[in-house]
Amino acid sequence: MNKSIKRSGLVNIIKTNLGMISILFVMCILLSCLSDVFLSSNNFITLFRQISNNIYIALGMALVIILGGIDLSVGSIVAMSGIISVSSIANLGMPVPLAVLFGIAGGMLCGLINGFLIARFKVPPFIITLAMMNIARGISYLWTNARSIRIVNESFNAIGTGYIGALPLPIVYSIVLIAIFSFLLNKTRFGTYVYAIGGNREAARLSGIPIKKVTIAVHTISATMAAFAGVVLAARMYSGQPSVGEGYEMDAITACVLGGISMSGGVGSISGLFFGAVVIGVISNGLNLCNVSSYWQLVVKGIIVAIAIIFDKLKNRQGD
Amino acid sequence: METILQMKGITKTFGNTRALYNISFDLNAGEIHALLGENGAGKSTLIKVLGGIHKPDEGEIWVNGKVANIGCVADARKEGIGIIHQEIFLVQNLTIAENIFLGRELRNKKGYIDYKREVETAQKMLDNLHINLDAASLVKDLAIGQQQLIEIVKAVSFDVKILVLDEPTSSLSDEEVTSLFELMGRLKEKNVGMIYISHRFDELYKVTDRITIMRDGESVATVETAAAKQDELVKLMVGRSMESFYVKDYKEPGEVILRVSELSKKGYFEDISFEVRAGEIVGFSGLVGAGRSEIMRTVFGDMRSDQGEIFFKGKKSAWKNTRDAIHAGLGMVPEDRKKLGLVLSSSVSYNICLACIKNLTKFEIINRKKSVGIVEQAIKDFSIKTASIDTLVSSLSGGNQQKVLLSKWIATNPSLLILDEPTRGIDVGAKQEIYRIMNELVCRGMAIILISSELPEIVNMSDVVYVVRNGKIVKRFERDSFDQENIMAYATGGSMNE
Repeated sequence: MNKSIKRSGLVNIIKTNLGMISILFVMCILLSCLSDVFLSSNNFITLFRQISNNIYIALGMALVIILGGIDLSVGSIVAMSGIISVSSIANLGMPVPLAVLFGIAGGMLCGLINGFLIARFKVPPFIITLAMMNIARGISYLWTNARSIRIVNESFNAIGTGYIGALPLPIVYSIVLIAIFSFLLNKTRFGTYVYAIGGNREAARLSGIPIKKVTIAVHTISATMAAFAGVVLAARMYSGQPSVGEGYEMDAITACVLGGISMSGGVGSISGLFFGAVVIGVISNGLNLCNVSSYWQLVVKGIIVAIAIIFDKLKNRQGD
Repeated sequence: METILQMKGITKTFGNTRALYNISFDLNAGEIHALLGENGAGKSTLIKVLGGIHKPDEGEIWVNGKVANIGCVADARKEGIGIIHQEIFLVQNLTIAENIFLGRELRNKKGYIDYKREVETAQKMLDNLHINLDAASLVKDLAIGQQQLIEIVKAVSFDVKILVLDEPTSSLSDEEVTSLFELMGRLKEKNVGMIYISHRFDELYKVTDRITIMRDGESVATVETAAAKQDELVKLMVGRSMESFYVKDYKEPGEVILRVSELSKKGYFEDISFEVRAGEIVGFSGLVGAGRSEIMRTVFGDMRSDQGEIFFKGKKSAWKNTRDAIHAGLGMVPEDRKKLGLVLSSSVSYNICLACIKNLTKFEIINRKKSVGIVEQAIKDFSIKTASIDTLVSSLSGGNQQKVLLSKWIATNPSLLILDEPTRGIDVGAKQEIYRIMNELVCRGMAIILISSELPEIVNMSDVVYVVRNGKIVKRFERDSFDQENIMAYATGGSMNE
């Protein structure tokens, strides 16, 4: 009966994510039997580098979903902002920091527009971000004439390929961003507002919460995170590609849902999202190690995600 | 009269909590038998046992003189037991007939749905019970009260002999309540036995034959309604006497805090003028839908008026939204705590801090120590029963949820607090607690506007009473010049002598 809710603290994190952690545990044991390489530190670095991109996007997505919305435009924004940065350097000869800023600002603008339209005209986020998904993808193709732009620029490529000590930069980013987002959601007024609006919009309005402002901010943050992911990805791939990032929105949503962030809003934690992202990462990493074809990987991934969600639901039902 | 239902020695425990202990209850054909008790007394659990949702640990259920083995909801239906819940479970976009036959559609020879026959049959059922509705109309076009009637028609169409009504009037207007009672009267003639759960004493006296009082999972007494006195019932319910149920000290009111002048909004209310002074409770009485809530939402900045002015603390208000109003020193506990008041997916502490969070943050970061302090103080002041400050607010009882909502607004330290039906659907103990809190607040100099449909509450708690009818203030009563009868007369338009 007395279900309590607390989102921080190690014990609480383990308690709330028990389902995902146990699934993860089982998968790790299974994979370490199937592959000798799985448990090596090299493989772990690869694994976390692979999921870091999804984590950036999913962090923004988490805010949107907790607010009670959804953001389908992030995948296209990944492509668009990567292209803006790359072409600013390769075609316009802009200095790297400015080009990066430009790319991220491009994504940010998309989010601002998303948020403004949703807040001002009260249109469902699903529709607006679906429109933005097409617009940003279209712009990516138009900008590049549907070709990829190569870039060889040491300082730009370092953004995606550099290291701090033994840790690749993309992993460092995700650690920093996870910390920032946890803080944002748990310790700030803004985070409180996000939970309140997602949990009960009417109550939030009557409590004097600036719903429009928060909605705009959340969508801007989500798009900015996607733009950041796009820049890092472009730097790692040495190119800006218009077709990149397709389906990334679904990966991000999957990570959120696996992590216990409710699609109806108001419920969820960053720690849950982290475990959700890791579960997806371990699945694809493991299937790669076992030489499963990428088509089969899709099938297996889908099945495992469905099983994991059902498992999690059953666990929660027992708690009621 | 023949006994159609007997529950004998029902005991049910959940983990360590004993929800029901050795309950005996019986129901006659054509009888309306009330279950009365505070929230948490075990009424809902008993109904769930009867409905096949919970299996009792001990005890037997006899229906029509035979032991009934009720293991699931379908079993209960087979025994002729129907339950009407507080919420409406109709599909809004289907017609009345489609809803009544949902899941057991009438078919023609080819196997397709015979909608025409469904409408005809449903219409016959409606006519039979003197319900003046078209069976082909959409449920979403009906008022809440009418939907409730359809729920009952649907239940009865399953050949129900035992009908449970769980607080059916909580969201109905007086007129709708009247037609509900008429329907119940007709079912009574058809020998249906009804179990009636309600917190409203006037209703119990109006419709029930017997009352069984429950307390802490036991049935304390069963009495004939005609012979029962209200204070005795209350005493049985709470296990102690409630001598001073309403707590209200009289103090000389202070300066005028709120002055509303000739406020109008087309279709809702017109020409509304009133004053509220510091340290007084101003009651707003009237029928549901008279426009009271809309007036207050306008004062609170949640609705825009067409005409008129609002002066708050002597200054003309130009609030664009609720945020401005809260900032100026207003608070409003809305009517529907689950829909408008609480964030149910969050914790007690979170809900209490939501409206005053601005005062708890520095550079946008929440001061945890400060917020815990406020929450713990509120839990102590209002004796909120919760396992911890991080408990989900949805797992609290209705009365405690209401106290959480009250403390949320009191934490903003408002000069004027608007309470819209603050005691709806909560038990007697919590009610008294809330009256005590209200009295304390006005003694400290806060002003309170009380909107309530419960006349005893208005009469005993208010210093001044305004009666609203059809969007207009029809009467202002000074202290000591009002009673239930004359307020009701103005609210219904029964009295025309000014």
